[in-house]
Amino acid sequence: MEINFTLIGEMITFALFVWFTMKFIWPPVTKAMADRQKKIADGLEAAEHGKNSLEVAKKKASQMLTETRKDSSQIIDEANSRAVKIVDEAKARATQEGQQIIVNAQSEIDLQVERTKEALRKEVVDIAMMGASKILSKDVDKTTHKKLLDELISAI
Amino acid sequence: MSTAAVKQSGGFVQEHLYHLQLNLHTMKIGDGGFWTLNLDTIAVSLIIGFIFLGLFWYAALHVTSGKPGKLQNLVEIMLSFVQDCVKEAFQGKSALIGPLALTIFIWAFLLNCMDLLPVDFIPSILHLFGVEYFRSVPTDDPNLTFAMSLSVTLLIIIYNFTSKGLVGLSKEVLFQPFGKWFFPVNAAFRIIEEAVKPVSLSLRLFGNMFAGEVIFVLIALIPWWSQWPLGFAWSVFHVLVITIQAYIFMMLTIVYLSMAHQSH
Repeated sequence: MEINFTLIGEMITFALFVWFTMKFIWPPVTKAMADRQKKIADGLEAAEHGKNSLEVAKKKASQMLTETRKDSSQIIDEANSRAVKIVDEAKARATQEGQQIIVNAQSEIDLQVERTKEALRKEVVDIAMMGASKILSKDVDKTTHKKLLDELISAI
Repeated sequence: MSTAAVKQSGGFVQEHLYHLQLNLHTMKIGDGGFWTLNLDTIAVSLIIGFIFLGLFWYAALHVTSGKPGKLQNLVEIMLSFVQDCVKEAFQGKSALIGPLALTIFIWAFLLNCMDLLPVDFIPSILHLFGVEYFRSVPTDDPNLTFAMSLSVTLLIIIYNFTSKGLVGLSKEVLFQPFGKWFFPVNAAFRIIEEAVKPVSLSLRLFGNMFAGEVIFVLIALIPWWSQWPLGFAWSVFHVLVITIQAYIFMMLTIVYLSMAHQSH
């Protein structure tokens, strides 16, 4: 074991090696490692965030679905009741109208009957008058026998 | 074993303990006292260092914060391992400590790994080119381990001064741990403590690797049919030693710097 100038040479070599490592090797690699660490951390955080927002969106969607379901059933109910109402109304009106028509027809018929009766009465009176005048062979004065005739008419 | 065989084996062991040296006085191969350069240590540590830095630099140039490739994965595993160690042991912030720990860990680990090559592999190839001696494990050379530990000590001193200031540091050195009336004892304790750090740091790594290498050399001396199981067992054990020694060097560096950084 002998110490000689090699010691100095190796010290210089060692110093240069350390300097080189410090200058060109250590910083970029540690930086890349730190960057990757940050990237991974960010990615994990983003994943967590995405998971959370997915959860929220799911909740929201299901909430909206139930709300819509409720709305739609309400709308259907409303429509049903309205339809029933419309049908009922229509039925009532139709019934009423039918009644009206019947009533009208009845009054018309009554009127017609009345008119016919009147005409028939007149006819009968005329015929009776004619028959009476023929029987009496003489003209019967309508005015003088009006009372009698009226009695006759109402009798018919 | 005959005496000739013993001599031969002694020669074999010694052959593996000589460095390829450059005498800086004469600029020729050979020993020149202090002004000697262990060419094998320098060359292997530089080549391994360039492989390490090149690989990591390539990964750093193509780094992405998206899906990493295989190389980037490896680099990131190493980096985050070191980063965790630093975070655990070092209070406070420093741009230097992470890269320092990474360089120590990977470089020391790769240099230790040279121990797992067969002991004669690189030397025998270089013999063909006329190189007489070559030690292929740079961490077997105390010059390298002391270079690392003394650099760390230098940093410890710098950290002590920058984080505590001259006054704070003087107070700490003189008045702890026994109070102000024992300041010579305190100072002596502190100086011994600080002086022991680089020695223990470097000798631990050097001792482990040297012992491992010597055992490999000794295994290479026994008959070839018994080399395989022993070599295998020692290699498996040594993989553990290599990793642990690199880790300990890094961890102790961080702890020492942390101690220098914070006041007691």
